[in-house]
Amino acid sequence: MMAKYLLLKHYRGAPAPVNDTPMDQWTPEEFSAHLRYMRDFAARLEGTGEFVDMRELSPEGTFVRYDGEGRPPVTDGPFAETKDLIAGWTVVDVDTYERALELAAELSAAPGAGGEPIHEWLEVRPFYAEQLMGTE
Amino acid sequence: VNESLLRELVPAVIGVLVRRGADFAAAEDAVQDALVEAVRGWPDDPPRDPKGWLVTVAWRKFLDVVRAETSRRHREVRVDDEPAPGPGVAVDDTLQLYFLCAHPSLTPASAVALTLRAVGGLTTRQIAQAYLVPEATMAQRISRAKRTVSGVRFHQPGDVGTVLRVLYLVFNEGYSGDVDLAGEAIRLIRELAARTHHEEVAGLLALMLLHHARRPARTGSDGSLVPLAEQDRGRWNTRLIAEGVDVLQAALARDRLGEFQAQAAIAALHADARTAAETDWAQIVEWYDELVRLTDNPVARLNRAVALGEADGPRAGLAALAELDPALPRHTAAAAYLHERAGDPVTAARLYAQAARSAPNLPERDHLTRQAARLNAQLRG
Repeated sequence: MMAKYLLLKHYRGAPAPVNDTPMDQWTPEEFSAHLRYMRDFAARLEGTGEFVDMRELSPEGTFVRYDGEGRPPVTDGPFAETKDLIAGWTVVDVDTYERALELAAELSAAPGAGGEPIHEWLEVRPFYAEQLMGTE
Repeated sequence: VNESLLRELVPAVIGVLVRRGADFAAAEDAVQDALVEAVRGWPDDPPRDPKGWLVTVAWRKFLDVVRAETSRRHREVRVDDEPAPGPGVAVDDTLQLYFLCAHPSLTPASAVALTLRAVGGLTTRQIAQAYLVPEATMAQRISRAKRTVSGVRFHQPGDVGTVLRVLYLVFNEGYSGDVDLAGEAIRLIRELAARTHHEEVAGLLALMLLHHARRPARTGSDGSLVPLAEQDRGRWNTRLIAEGVDVLQAALARDRLGEFQAQAAIAALHADARTAAETDWAQIVEWYDELVRLTDNPVARLNRAVALGEADGPRAGLAALAELDPALPRHTAAAAYLHERAGDPVTAARLYAQAARSAPNLPERDHLTRQAARLNAQLRG
């Protein structure tokens, strides 16, 4: 039955993609083709009734922590060398785990330099269901 | 406006439109549009004959769409695709709608969505909220499902088994948003049971009633899971239990056992015990043997191992568990439980923590984490 999965895209922290040329080295046409692929991917997911959410994050993050009653929060960073940096996510609601893998692979085939697939590594994480099954 | 009365009328009204020659997808849309108008207009001007009103308004909406399509495409649209059955042929439109919405060509998720809309009369927005997806996603899922069944003839006999699987999935989704899906599944299977004399329909109705009866006792005031053995049995709904047991006994008396009747029999044995200690585990193990024989389902084998642990002691349970695939859902949680009962809290604590990591939902994860924490605190002294 339907389950939700997070397809997580990393700026850093995932194994290196096969087609590893950084985005700012692509031609403008290659960049446009990449964006179009992502839009089409989201539209296809909407069409199949599997889309939940797709968001991108700025790489500029700040660490924050509590510093005691009445004191302002302590901030630190951004850390240029953070090992794991999330770039964005797609949330899908699909019939099987295999389907989630298939969609992640499709996302990984987005074109990069030379119009070739990036073969980027996506991390697939299942969501916990919110509630217990009716039959225990 | 009595929303539940309105929703009960939906399948019959769709049936009338289909009988008059509308295709299922268009009829279903027209009835949803008529519902919106009913919710708006009825409080000031309630009709004497609600069903007649809905049929009239839905049919008008259907004709509006047909006319618009015809002028848009500059061609005739045939409205009489589906010949009405001849006189004397007793066909229950609502029953046919159950079959169509659970058609084997649909994925489980599509069948669930279509059933909730066309048979349950819920709006796309309500279904989307219940399944925590955007409304546009659910709308697509439903329109794809309609396209998938568009070639299926409405009045051909269907398969009760697929309908039961769909309703079982709806029931298991429980309660989220403002729609009580478990309650909705019970309403829909009651309707189905009133229209068929299939033992497994009765079996699933009994199973749902017996489980639903325990719902008030199943979560603590903080929302945490209360396991069966620790539930306050005074909070079980005795009216639902009595009804479930009646339905089950009538089904079992017909001597055509199936998996839902066997599961309901197990639930009924739990309901019979005034305290957890009075549970007739030996009989429960026998029912699990039946269930394994009927389904050869590994989950049934796992539950049987736990029941055996209660009937013959935790070592017997662990021995039965050892024969099963450790990758089965809840295998580690069952092992943790049996190890604690067998007097090995160290192993149990480790397994509870491990089971929490692979729990399928939040209440179970939190429950298993709490068990691990309880044992670890005990072990520290």
